[in-house]
Amino acid sequence: MKTKKKTRFPLPELYIILLLLLFYLPILVVVVFSFNDSKLFQWSGFTFSWYEKLMRNQTIWQSFATSLQLALLSCGASAVLGALGAVGMAGRQFKTKGLLENVSLIPIMVPEIILGMAYLTVFTLFRIPFGMVTMVIAHTTFCVPYIFINVKARLTGLDPSIGEAALDLGASSRRMFLDITLPLILPAVASGALLAFAMSMDDVVISFFTNGPNTNTLPLQVYSMMKMGVTPEINALCTVMLGAVFLIVALSRLFRVRRKRS
Amino acid sequence: MTNSILTLNQVSKRFGAVEALKELSLDVKQGEFLTLLGPSGCGKTTTLRIIAGLELPDSGSVTLQGKDVTNWEPNKRNVNTVFQNYALFPHMDVFHNVAYGLKLKKEKKPVIKQKVEEILNLVQLPGYEKRMPSQLSGGQRQRVAIARALVNNPSVLLLDEPLGALDLQLRRQMQTELKRLQQHLGNTFIYITHDQEEALNMSDRVGVMNAGALEQLGTPDDIYERPATPFAARFIGQSNIFDAVVTGKDGGGTLTLSYAGGTIKAKGEAQPGEVLTLSVRTERVRYEQEDRYGFQLNGIVKSHHYTGGLLRTSLLLSNGDELTVSGMGGGDNRIPTGATVSIQWDPACSIIVERRGTA
Amino acid sequence: MKPRAKIHDRRKSLSPAVIPMYLWTILFVAVPLFYILGMSFLKKAETWGVVMEFSLESYQGIFNPAYLKVFGQSLLIALLTTLITLLLGYPFAYFTARLPKKWRSIVLLLLIVPFWTNSLVRIYGWIILLQGNGVVNSALLGAGIIDTPLKLLYNIGSVLTGMVYALMPFMILSIYNSVEKMDWSVVEASRDLGAGKWKAFLTTTLPLTMPGIMAGCVLVFVPSVGLFFISDLLGGGKIMLLGNLIKNELLSAHNWPMGAALSIVMMAVTLLLIYLYKRVSGEKSLEGLL
Repeated sequence: MKTKKKTRFPLPELYIILLLLLFYLPILVVVVFSFNDSKLFQWSGFTFSWYEKLMRNQTIWQSFATSLQLALLSCGASAVLGALGAVGMAGRQFKTKGLLENVSLIPIMVPEIILGMAYLTVFTLFRIPFGMVTMVIAHTTFCVPYIFINVKARLTGLDPSIGEAALDLGASSRRMFLDITLPLILPAVASGALLAFAMSMDDVVISFFTNGPNTNTLPLQVYSMMKMGVTPEINALCTVMLGAVFLIVALSRLFRVRRKRS
Repeated sequence: MTNSILTLNQVSKRFGAVEALKELSLDVKQGEFLTLLGPSGCGKTTTLRIIAGLELPDSGSVTLQGKDVTNWEPNKRNVNTVFQNYALFPHMDVFHNVAYGLKLKKEKKPVIKQKVEEILNLVQLPGYEKRMPSQLSGGQRQRVAIARALVNNPSVLLLDEPLGALDLQLRRQMQTELKRLQQHLGNTFIYITHDQEEALNMSDRVGVMNAGALEQLGTPDDIYERPATPFAARFIGQSNIFDAVVTGKDGGGTLTLSYAGGTIKAKGEAQPGEVLTLSVRTERVRYEQEDRYGFQLNGIVKSHHYTGGLLRTSLLLSNGDELTVSGMGGGDNRIPTGATVSIQWDPACSIIVERRGTA
Repeated sequence: MKPRAKIHDRRKSLSPAVIPMYLWTILFVAVPLFYILGMSFLKKAETWGVVMEFSLESYQGIFNPAYLKVFGQSLLIALLTTLITLLLGYPFAYFTARLPKKWRSIVLLLLIVPFWTNSLVRIYGWIILLQGNGVVNSALLGAGIIDTPLKLLYNIGSVLTGMVYALMPFMILSIYNSVEKMDWSVVEASRDLGAGKWKAFLTTTLPLTMPGIMAGCVLVFVPSVGLFFISDLLGGGKIMLLGNLIKNELLSAHNWPMGAALSIVMMAVTLLLIYLYKRVSGEKSLEGLL
């Protein structure tokens, strides 16, 4: 037997759809105008010419390579630092634990510009030349919390007796870490690293203060291009970046669905 | 009597301000099923963790098979634990969970395979090797946890409230199975629980714990029929516990005491004038017209509590004390409330649980 | 009795695994922050750098009317951003949390995906939309609603739009988390006890989702005082935020102590906000914010 549902005005659904449309509007505009055959914001025909220009733009590719290198290095370093830190802190109560935790989270708690200015002045003081090294240090610092928090949450969700069970069955602390802890925190490390990677690839403020003469990252390059004036090359670049993000998200969804099924 | 396999000697442990164990001493015999029974927070889990090596005592010693293992790391002790929440490795299938201890002992692959298969048969999970813990029911996880510990043939198996998370039906079934397993393998089991039925049903000996100390250690019969302390009497079964003054004794070891305006009798040794705390199981108290035990008390029926199969009746005595009588009593023939009844019991059922000096 | 001490102390001692993170935090978080704290009390050199001399000059400088105006503007934009994201984001989060499970994850994914794209890209889209000869103006002109293009870009409105747009997901996600965690039977109980729909919302749902609201507000407010590139691009340099000010003190005016003092004030305000959040929400650690 079917009961008739009371029809109501679908306000919630409409609101959600409306706001989502607003979210996608600027992105859509960027994509559409990347195919526009004019520098002005009026549609004057379809073209791929901006993409061709983009392909030939060495500066942009150079900065993309810099960004990728920077993100990978700082992700790797912060994954090791953050994951080890979270594991080492779990179940311990040393005196400075709370202080360490809070201080290590400061980089993502306070406005980025503070960290940026602190690095600019400190690196100047110690005469560390600005470039990849300073940027990796800065990015690693704000990436550590993402991994630390993720791994810590995973460890809190785990029954501590799982580790004890391994010890009880004859494992040394090292074996316990390798056999039990590491496999169990790996998904958390991965998702934290993914988030850190995205943050590093997207960062403008901190890179702005720590980059060197030949180490413009992609966001910095885009920023300076945007400040110089509008060129549809940026649209093309943005569209490519969007495509990449959507592809990655779609792939990771697909992967996750697959894994759930198996 | 067989030899003792494990001895705790005056073990104390503090957690901050909390004294979890107070100079606990315990002697466990080879091949016995010993249960530590007590309310939560009584120190039974701490005792278990100290035996396993997961906690270290502040003072005292732990001797396992004649060796002082007080400071040994958990992985060096031939003791295995079945954890309360099973603590199965969630990323390993049943086979790898069970095989973990054997692999660490560097057993050969065919040996591991054979041993795992054997133990899974024994816990009635044959063919479950490839399942992941998440695909198992609570009862099945429990069996895997037991198999994982037992496959190492530990000299002592520790079980930390392993049946607590299961429903009543399954719990009773697992009790029987655990007992069967223990008798079949002959390993020493130390089991902790707060469930008296579980303790009395499975154990060779039961240790009643309270506030970090062992109140009484004995066979299930001892614990139930002859509680040694007021706590033991209160914690296990239903008891009437009250103070009475000794007024006389006869040559046969029977004491006469005055209580609630009347006299009662008890078996035991005491001097006239001494105040004793007595415990009488509610099911030992009878309504009786004729004076079979040489004393009777009068009380007014205050209320009935029917719990299915058992009727508990509260009586009000002349001194204001309440006394509970339990017995069969569904039906309609309950004594009306307000009626005066007389009660008595076998003097041997008046258990002296505390001596409170002379009045 | 040596081995006992070893294990006994383990719980209270530092694990070697923590040491790298410990050193990193001291070296690259604590030291730089203390350094700018120290520098904020120094004197500006005539040309470049600082003079090693204690001075409250920079802090006094903050009370310069020009700076106070930036503080006010920055604060106003941050407050408005927070308020707008809250008003727009709460219904979104609430409605989403009440959707069937399948739809919930789809909506959340759709919300997060643009967030994963470059933040400059999204700002850039707004420039195209709001330009004098941009999409919105063209559409309005074309529809005959207006005769002359509206000035949509390079004002406080466009900066606010960019800020709200960039920070909205933080607000929505933290409110969503608390709505989703909520025990709906409490609301039902209040309805059962005679509260109307709105009354039930105000007396149960709203207080129960307050931790999410507060977390969202902190997460939006804190970055909105520092995102200088948004006001640079969408405000056309006319709107100065605290972030712009610090950037200018450092790079254009070369007044490092001033930049440091401004940073210290900004950090103090932020930490105060986080402290208040922790006090009010009862959250023990900072992670509740994320």
